[in-house]
Amino acid sequence: MQEFSVLIGGKAGFGIDTSGLIIARILNQLGYRVYIYRDYPSVIRGGHTFSIIRAAEEKISTHRNQIDLLLALNQDTADFHKSRLTTGSALIYDADSVKIDTGMGIPVAKIIKEENATEIMRNTCLIGAFCKACAIPEEILVKVLKQSISSEVDLNLKVALRGYSQAQLLTRLKPLTSKPLPILSGNEAIGLGLAAAGLNSYFAYPMTPSSGILHFLAKHSADFGLKVVHPESEIAVMLMALGAAYAGQKTAVGTSGGGFCLMTEGLSFSGMAELPVVIVLGQRTGPSTGLPTYTGQTELNFALWAGQGEFSRLIVAPADSEQAFYWSAVALNLAVKFQVPAIILSDKTMAEGGYSFDIATIKLPPEEQFLAWDRKDAYKRYLDTENGVSGLAFAPEKEAIIKINSYEHDESGITTEDPQITKKMQAKRLRKEKYLSEELRKYKVVNTAGGLDSFVAVVGWGSNAGVCAEAARNLGVRFIQPVVLWPFPLEQFKRAIEGVKKIICVENNSQGQLAGLIANAGIKVSERVLRSDGRPFTLDELEQELKPRING
Amino acid sequence: MGNKLDTYATNTWCPGCGNFAILAAIKSVFLSLAQEGLPLENVVLVSGIGCHGKIADYINVNSFYSLHGRVVPAASAIKISRPGLKVIGFAGDGDCYGEGLEHLIFAAKRNIDITMIVHNNRVYGLTTGQYTPTSPLNFKGRSTPGGTKELPLNPLELMLASGAGFISRGTSHGIELLKRLFKEAILHKGFSLVDVLQVCVTYYNMYEYYDKRVYELTDHNPEDYQQAVAKIREWDYNQDARIALGLLYKKQAPTFEDNFLYPPADPAVRNDLVKRILEKTV
Repeated sequence: MQEFSVLIGGKAGFGIDTSGLIIARILNQLGYRVYIYRDYPSVIRGGHTFSIIRAAEEKISTHRNQIDLLLALNQDTADFHKSRLTTGSALIYDADSVKIDTGMGIPVAKIIKEENATEIMRNTCLIGAFCKACAIPEEILVKVLKQSISSEVDLNLKVALRGYSQAQLLTRLKPLTSKPLPILSGNEAIGLGLAAAGLNSYFAYPMTPSSGILHFLAKHSADFGLKVVHPESEIAVMLMALGAAYAGQKTAVGTSGGGFCLMTEGLSFSGMAELPVVIVLGQRTGPSTGLPTYTGQTELNFALWAGQGEFSRLIVAPADSEQAFYWSAVALNLAVKFQVPAIILSDKTMAEGGYSFDIATIKLPPEEQFLAWDRKDAYKRYLDTENGVSGLAFAPEKEAIIKINSYEHDESGITTEDPQITKKMQAKRLRKEKYLSEELRKYKVVNTAGGLDSFVAVVGWGSNAGVCAEAARNLGVRFIQPVVLWPFPLEQFKRAIEGVKKIICVENNSQGQLAGLIANAGIKVSERVLRSDGRPFTLDELEQELKPRING
Repeated sequence: MGNKLDTYATNTWCPGCGNFAILAAIKSVFLSLAQEGLPLENVVLVSGIGCHGKIADYINVNSFYSLHGRVVPAASAIKISRPGLKVIGFAGDGDCYGEGLEHLIFAAKRNIDITMIVHNNRVYGLTTGQYTPTSPLNFKGRSTPGGTKELPLNPLELMLASGAGFISRGTSHGIELLKRLFKEAILHKGFSLVDVLQVCVTYYNMYEYYDKRVYELTDHNPEDYQQAVAKIREWDYNQDARIALGLLYKKQAPTFEDNFLYPPADPAVRNDLVKRILEKTV
């Protein structure tokens, strides 16, 4: 597979993030499918930040340790990432701030000074040099810069073209025939999927890595007719969501583990009062504040068991932007249909990573509406039904008194401590999970790929599924990704492992939480490949980890 | 009182509980508003957890029986979602001035058009007698047998500082005043708060204390900030002083829910938007 990886790095505040996106868009224009890995510290200025942009002929959602081109805006970048270079790799650096005895220096500071440009344009200069070095046509550079930069476009172009003319050809990057695609972060895809499925309200308190959803939906709120509110705390977020759900709004919230801790009392209330809400839980490295801007998959168990008492819930864990778009829409649909909380387990790698996004591959299911009260008898908010789902009325409704309750309640929503009613209402709420499981049979909730006749299966979830899929394909073994994690899709999972003698679970945590869930379902997991240092597996690393386990 | 507003739930408040006055007053206000043309299906009552919260079970109108301390955010979102509704929150002093205090401050700050009626009995009743944020210094409760070592909050002063546009106080020994205040608060466009010095007969019976000290405001201009400050500070919920009842402060300001009046996009518009957003990210 034709592929190419670029790393651009510098200090936070250098515009590395935008530069990474610009490079990805340039490679996209050449017909490549791209993936962007973003690595940055929890600071506003300073520190070391970098993006790795990997481009390939086919859809990818992981990066390699090794890179083909290093773009260094400062000494740290050259020093920290030199080891990623191999024979055939190249280094382009700002000759005015990096001292190194190899690679191609560009007098970036000098150009900036001569053009009377600003510091932030240093990266534009280096991107210009990158294009020339890789034989990327000037028109593509100009087109992408115009699209990506909003202020001082002309000056940016001038600086980029100075970089372009200073550089020498290093390698010819072959243009491909595929058409360029949108590049979407996981967060944008979640926001877009929710909006496409008819979201009415979004409540969130800023928290990495989920803030991107809040920003995206706030930006587009008026167009979509969305009510987007950033309240005083995650507790307020969750309770506002439940208030909105009571008023008939399709509602979602977004947070990370710490914020989700504050939401759990409200989550349990959602289960008890049967007020549907979608919760985006963006995982990062814990416990506690942990590594706020780094990744993790440590909250599967938390999502499974969060909240006091027993109630039905849905948990989905999409792997990339396309899955995030689709499963966010499905999560909202199913929350609405079954009047349950639905958790979208995201993680920093997926939430803030960039992915080529092909909407032509996605067919969203039709939008669900709340089951309406049939008006046959006097309204009862919690009417006990076969599947546990009661018809809804929303205030103002002349013929109905709509009472929801966090206490145990009777069918009308009036508080009760009666043992018979308690038993009946608990059964009503828990019964919904069984029907939810049945509904999920209509969906492909377990993905498989790679060597389907292999006796070895690599199982990954969330963002890890991307690297697992590619590694499994390269190593000729089977790849399995359960996208729905609760209700655990036992039937489809069993089908996926037919003929498998060895299951290797790959996770970004130190205890193997999915492995535990699979084991609880009575299926043996032979090996666990775990990483919990805040960084996702790279393709090369995972292949090294898997090889002895596959052969052993 | 009108049967229409009663439910089949058995009332379990202690005989003599101040909550009965609040219940009677609000039902009377609902009937009066209904007579004046407010359809009662437009009313949503939100309550917290504590003795006061049972009011959700006792009145036959739409209700949202929330968590302890979480009346305000639920009420706020109901109002944002359906601005045509009259959203009335009932909360205890524990579950509004203590747990969840931040929500009250933010609702006042946003001037969201909800009414908060605080059953301020200055003691935790349902958990059997602990101090609250408005209990006086040295209050001997079950969690503070040696007496509290902290001064109470003056919730009205806090509300004034937070930007509330309707601040008032009544007592459970003054049902006619409660009716007036509840109605005026509900009709006020913007955030409104009625602090009700409601008496817990079992754990903190203050009827006699209040009866000696309360007086109804006359000759007070609630739109005069300085007058309002003086009356709000007259009694600090701790030292002996005269206790002013009535509307203490009032101002008009833009309301928060009016920022969300755009309609939801229909599916065709939505799909088109998705397409356009995607095109921009190529």
